Parts: sequence; C-alpha cells; structure tokens
Amino acid sequence: MAQKITDEIIEYVGILAQLEIQGQEKEQIRKDMEQILDYVDRLNQLDTEGIEPMSHVFPVTNVFREDKVENKDQRDHMLANAPASKDGAFQVPRTIE
Amino acid sequence: MKREYETVIGLEVHVELATKTKIFCSCSTQFGGAPNTHTCPVCTGMPGSLPVLNKQVVEYALAVGLAANCQINQYCKFDRKNYFYPDNPQNYQISQLYLPICHDGWVEIETGEGKKKIGIHEIHMEEDAGKLVHDEWEECSFVDYNRSGVPLIEIVSEPDMRNAQEVIAYLEKLRLMIQYLGASDCKLQEGSMRADVNLSVREKGSSSFGTRTEMKNLNSFKAIARAIEGERQRQIDLLEEGKQVIQETRRWDDNKETSKAMRSKEDAKDYRYFPDPDLPPVSISDQWIENVKARQPEMKEEKMERYQREYQLSSYDADLLTNSKHMADLFEETAALTKKPKEAANWLMVEGMRLLKEYSMEPEKITFSAENLAKLIILVDNGTVTRTVAKEVFEKIFSENIDPQVYVEEKGLTSVNDEEALFGEIQKVVNENPQSVKDYLGGKEKAMGFLVGQTMRAMKGKADPAAVNRILKEILSGVKEIV
Repeated sequence: MAQKITDEIIEYVGILAQLEIQGQEKEQIRKDMEQILDYVDRLNQLDTEGIEPMSHVFPVTNVFREDKVENKDQRDHMLANAPASKDGAFQVPRTIE
Repeated sequence: MKREYETVIGLEVHVELATKTKIFCSCSTQFGGAPNTHTCPVCTGMPGSLPVLNKQVVEYALAVGLAANCQINQYCKFDRKNYFYPDNPQNYQISQLYLPICHDGWVEIETGEGKKKIGIHEIHMEEDAGKLVHDEWEECSFVDYNRSGVPLIEIVSEPDMRNAQEVIAYLEKLRLMIQYLGASDCKLQEGSMRADVNLSVREKGSSSFGTRTEMKNLNSFKAIARAIEGERQRQIDLLEEGKQVIQETRRWDDNKETSKAMRSKEDAKDYRYFPDPDLPPVSISDQWIENVKARQPEMKEEKMERYQREYQLSSYDADLLTNSKHMADLFEETAALTKKPKEAANWLMVEGMRLLKEYSMEPEKITFSAENLAKLIILVDNGTVTRTVAKEVFEKIFSENIDPQVYVEEKGLTSVNDEEALFGEIQKVVNENPQSVKDYLGGKEKAMGFLVGQTMRAMKGKADPAAVNRILKEILSGVKEIV
C-alpha cells in the first residue's frame, strides 16, 4: 500500500465535498481513498508517452444548438421539488451574515 | 531614502454575450423577467439533464478573439469548476480551463506616453450563475436562476497595466470593440460587463512580481479607479510596515472606499477542474475561422479613417462619432438619408452631445431614429423651419423621438415667409424701439442686431433671419428719409 491518507486530507476533502464526517466513518473513508489512489498508481505504471489525453469517450465533436428560444415559462415545474420557495424563487438558508 | 513602488495590474473581464438563448439550453436570456420564468431542467441543474452548446456563443467568442489578435485553439473543450454555492445549482460551473477557445492576443491602448499593447492571456467560454437576494428580516436567501446559464466570455489579460488610467483605457477599448462586434452591450452598471482587478506592487526596477490580491464588486469605471488607488496604497502601507501582502480575494465597498477580505469559505481556490463528460469537444476548422473573419464588421479605427476620407470630417469629429457604435450607426444612416454628412455630424455632435451631457446619458441609450433626424435636416435645408426652431424640435426628437414633420405642422412652427406679415411685425418692433432706431441711424450697427433679435422673439423664432434683415433695412432706410 503506497498511499497514506492523513486525517487532515480526509477533513479537507470533507470540506470541499460539504460532507460532515463522523469519527467512525473516517477509517472506512481512509480505506476507500487509499484503494482508489493505489488503483491510480497502477494506472500510472502504464507507458502513456505520446498519447493525447482523451477528452471524451465518443469520437464526436461539434454538437450544437441553434440560438432560438424554445423553452416557455415552466417555473412551477422547476419549483415543484424545491424544499422551500417563495414568490417564485427558491428559498435557501441565508448565504451572508 | 523613500522607496518607490510600481503597480502591476492584470484584469479578468466577464462579458455577457448578446445571444437570445442561454449557453447550454433554449431558455431566453432576456434581462428582467419575473424570478425563474426563464429556467429549465438544464439551467437549474436537475439530475439527468443534458447541456447542448449554443453555436452562436462560439461565433461570438471567435469574433472577439480574432478582433483581439488571439490564437485560436481549434480543438477546445469544456471543464467543470467545482464549488458549492446556491447561485450555482449544479455545484459546478461549466467553464474552460485546459483548452480555452482563444489565447495569446493583444489590444492596443492610448496612454499618456503613447500607444501601448496589453497582452490577452486567454479568452474562455463559460456560464453565468444565478442571482441571490437576501431577506432583510428572515434568515434566508432567495435564488433566481434566470441568469444561470447566460453565456459569458472571460477575457484574462496579462499583468501589463501600471495604473488606473491604463486599466480604464483597456476596458474602454474592450467595450467598444465588443459593442462594434455586436457580441454584447457591455453595460457595467447592469452587470453585462464585469471586471475583477488583480493587483500587486513591487519596488521600481524589480523584475519579479509582488504578492497579488484580487478585487471584486467593481460596478463602474470610477469604482475601478478608486479601488486601484485604495489597494495600491494598502499594499504599500503593509510593505512599509514590514508586513506581508496576503494573496486573497477582496470585496470593494465603493461607498466606504475600502475593501475587505472575503471569507476563505467563499474563496476556496481548490476547484478540482475536470473535463465535462456531457459536452463533446468543439472542433474549429480553418474555414470557420475564415468565415468569422470575413464577417467582422468595420471597427472604430477603420471607421474613423473612412469618415475623414469619405465625409471630410476632422479626425476630432470622426473620433467622437465613432466612440459609440450606436452614435456611428445613427450618423451613417442620417448621412445616407440626407446626403448631408456634415449636417448629420453637426447635429449629433453639437446638440446631441449637449443633451447627452445635460441628461448624463451614455450615447448607447439614445432612442431617436435616424429617419427623424434626417427629416429635421431636410426641413431646415428647404427652409421650412429656421435653425432656431429646429433646435427646439431636435430636443423633442431627442427626448421623445417625435416625427418632426408632423410636430412642426401641428405646432405651427413653419418659418414665416409671408412678407406682409413679416413687414407688419417688423414695423411694430421699429415703432416700439425708437431709441434703437435712433442709435442705428446714428451709426451704431449693433442696434440692428437688437432689432432683429426683438423681431425673432416676437415671431417665436419662426422668421427667416435673412428676410428679417432685408425687410428691417428697408424699413429703416425709409425712416431715414422721413427724418
């Protein structure tokens, strides 16, 4: 096992992913992350010299839309799953103090 | 010895493109709709929705990039920039990091010391975020996603600017260029053009850069100039006290004229970019680039040159008229309709500029039509109205875009060429001002001007000044004989 995941890394990834990680979950997460990184290490052993990074799984380019308004007002549908809404707007916890 | 400092400034300019629809869905980009009425599963980040790129966004980005002398990445793609904030419903912004559409360009600005090239590091395409409104009383915020997915280009300059004047000149240059291209209206106040300022200071002569900060929330050229001066001084003070500048994002408060560091939570710079698997790459052929080049409109510099050559305008006049795309369009249309380019230029530059100043208005906000200005010019030319009356009518055209022909007829403003009526009116003025008549006859030429003025006043400006002069002289010579 080449990779070692520290507590600091787990906490930092938790902050970036907006996850609250409980004490007992830490060990499982550490194991999972180490496994993932070990796998990436194995991939890194491949010789990729001269191979362009792939940017898409299908060999397609230039899938475009014409600049024409087609969507009508569908606000009620958009708000249907919102946990809270008011006056046509999504309601969220206050974002500034 | 007191140390001398140099300011080093680079800009990140966001411009909302003038497309009818959003970048990845067919929702309208129209400004000012009721909250969330221009939204769909794509721009509200619903799971399972699929973005499809608006071709016009690529067209505009190419047009701007080519006008800014950029290299084009003929194979470009989109990446996800990951962060959590309620204005960003997908929890990532679709942007371009690895292969932005344009790179390594430049624009030229005028500075106190002559022309200067400002390097363009790159231009990339991305989507705008929604808008947050904070409730004053309750512990909540409201999100409107009408703006979510509106197409943006971000123009990143090299750190080539050294003071606020250069920054403003650079922004003016970009704004005018983009307005000419029709790619955006570039209104700072309404947020269709936004600039973030990256600034550092270093001792004069040093070739390495100091630690920079990024300043956000700059809504006008004046705010930008004040923020630059404020931040430059703040950093110099820190260095003079032996402290260090911290690399951070700061929010400018233009009312207090100070800035405050944004909380690090808002400023987490770890965006974990990766290629967006929902969007296939964009491949831009040589032919496509050639087509965009062929469609590029005449830009300010070319227009200026042509106005001087074709219409014999002075370089000063040509400069003023082409400082706004809208003004230049109005001028050309009016000149074409009247075949009187000098007159068209004069009305726009003398009366037009005066009224713009009076109402503190931007030329882009002018609402009157070239047709109505052209009609007015013709009415003056064929003697239907006097110049004095025409000025009043112009004010009406400027403020309400009235049809001058109809207006002049309705208000009875046509110039009075009825000799008899004019004769009667002048006779009255002569009778009422015996002292002036005496003065004139005594050799005071000035008194003549006074009498003409009195007549014009009595006629409410509608009399033809040449006719008034002639008849007045006739009458006065008659008086001489009597005396």
